[in-house]
Amino acid sequence: MLLSVENKTILEAINITKYFHDPITVKVLDRVNLTIKKGDFLSIIGKSGCGKSTLLYILSTMDTNYEGDLFIDGVSMKNRSQSFLARVRNEKIGFVFQFHYLLNEFNVLKNVMLPGLKLNKKSPKEIEHDAYEKLKILGIEKEAFKNPNQLSGGQKQRVAIARAMINEPIIIMADEPTGNLDKKNTEIVFDIFQKLATHYHQSLLIVTHDQEFANRTDKIIEMQDGKIIH
Amino acid sequence: MNWKLNGQVAISLLLAKWRQTLVAAIGVTFGITFFITLLSFMSGLNDLLDGLIGNRTPHVRLYNEVQPNDKQPISLHPDHQNDYHFIRSIKPRNKLARIYNYSAITQTLEKDPRILGLAPKTTTQVFYNVGTVDIAGVIYGIDVEQEAKLFMFADYVTQGNFMDLKNVSNSIILGKSLAEKMMVNIGDIIQLTTGKGQQVKLKVVGFFESGLMDFDKTQGYVYINTAQKILGVSNNEITDLQIKLKDITQAPILAKEFAQTFELNAIDIQTANSQFETGGRVRSIISYAVGITLLIVAGFGIYNILNMMIYEKIDSIAILKATGFSSQDVNLIFVMIALSIGIFGGFVGLIGGLSLSYIIDHIPFNTPALPTIKTYPINYNPKFYLIGTIFSLITTYLAGYLPARKASKIDPVVIIRGK
Repeated sequence: MLLSVENKTILEAINITKYFHDPITVKVLDRVNLTIKKGDFLSIIGKSGCGKSTLLYILSTMDTNYEGDLFIDGVSMKNRSQSFLARVRNEKIGFVFQFHYLLNEFNVLKNVMLPGLKLNKKSPKEIEHDAYEKLKILGIEKEAFKNPNQLSGGQKQRVAIARAMINEPIIIMADEPTGNLDKKNTEIVFDIFQKLATHYHQSLLIVTHDQEFANRTDKIIEMQDGKIIH
Repeated sequence: MNWKLNGQVAISLLLAKWRQTLVAAIGVTFGITFFITLLSFMSGLNDLLDGLIGNRTPHVRLYNEVQPNDKQPISLHPDHQNDYHFIRSIKPRNKLARIYNYSAITQTLEKDPRILGLAPKTTTQVFYNVGTVDIAGVIYGIDVEQEAKLFMFADYVTQGNFMDLKNVSNSIILGKSLAEKMMVNIGDIIQLTTGKGQQVKLKVVGFFESGLMDFDKTQGYVYINTAQKILGVSNNEITDLQIKLKDITQAPILAKEFAQTFELNAIDIQTANSQFETGGRVRSIISYAVGITLLIVAGFGIYNILNMMIYEKIDSIAILKATGFSSQDVNLIFVMIALSIGIFGGFVGLIGGLSLSYIIDHIPFNTPALPTIKTYPINYNPKFYLIGTIFSLITTYLAGYLPARKASKIDPVVIIRGK
């Protein structure tokens, strides 16, 4: 029984097709099918322009201009209102981008808390406690009350990961999370992802062009010219 | 929608760019300050000019005009009742233009609830004798107490006591310019000739300055009984009955009604002084137009600063949207920023407007034309403050609306991919 719960499908993409129309119409994604189960640690790899980021943005519900269907947690994301999708992103998806996108107006702890406050399911006190716990897991609890611009690049990226974790999402999506980092920080970030996957059974979907990084994930999806080839 | 969280984000964005925000708020403050000051000053000036005429002009004036009788003998003749009459060169009867049954009319009007007060007046043409020279002029016989109560007579008597007119028999209050021309002082006796050639001696008990030089050059005030004595008429005869109403806007309607009831001529203040009202209205329109323009300029300032803020904070907006803030949230955040600039700037502007009005109110303003005015006139009408507040909120909301909509439409994918 436990095994079947672990293997529950959390995200399913069916025949996703997408065109770019500017300046000329190009098919970027061609009937992509993808299933992610709970606890999966996946990476999408491919050359620049193969459509891997585009696919991630569709899977994250931020890009709604596509053909095909997308199910997150068993619910179709097709033809939904922007505010419904915003709610899904808030509650079920955590994001890590190549750039950290922390708000300089808030301190580190508040940055981590923001999506939680937005979800508004727990009291601010509880969210603050959770946020501190997440920072602890990532080993940066000492920086909690600093401003993001006082942190190093690697630390900022770890804060961004903590922010992605705050609402206990069913999946964390990352777009080139180590693209801006040096070897040492890349190592740290990867260790964190691995720890999340193994210790916390967190589902992770990571887009990267770093083959070495991808090799260490449980499963690699390779893309080329808008199709999954492997 | 989570107002508190959106409010927190709005405040932090505001404080992050506090210099620019302050500049935007100062724009609103400036606009509101001048809007209020301008309107208070203009309105004060309007009241002053209106008062110049309005205080001394009855709302309805009843009088009897020298005019031919409508009912000529032929129209009364039974044989010609149904005929159309052509009569040439009708002349008025030899009867002076007076109200004869004054006390009866007064009794009726005093019961009318729409009327604030009545003041009878007897006007007559006279010549002021200065040596061998006669100066043509007018004297008004007035009921001093009523005149003071209804038409601020006391304000215009700049020297001497106006009540002496009643208390000292055969007394007169002269126009200041007239007195200067005649070279008389208070206590002197002057002589004047009535229209009928009678000579009268009156004691000068005071001077008045109406603010209109031409009036002051020719006019004198006496007690009503004195005037009647000079004219040699009974106590029941006056030339004008001045009526002050509770509601000035009713004047044209009531003038018609009284004219019919008492078979007299009646003129209302609006007809008699239409040019003043028009002037006042145009001045108000100009001040409103200038004030609103100032606010619109302030609105453009807010629009610019919010637009700039959106470009600078585009990453923050993108990540807020990516992590679950909806378009409405982002819209609300920016509208909140705009409105808080408006509320803060507007509030300071209200205080600024009040202070500036207060300062102007205390700047000395002495003019021989207006003896009762010592400082620049200001009207502290709360209406201007209310309009200022409403306009500042509307302009800032409109100024914030477009940038807020733009911010809410930002596609996080475009921003995040662009990095």
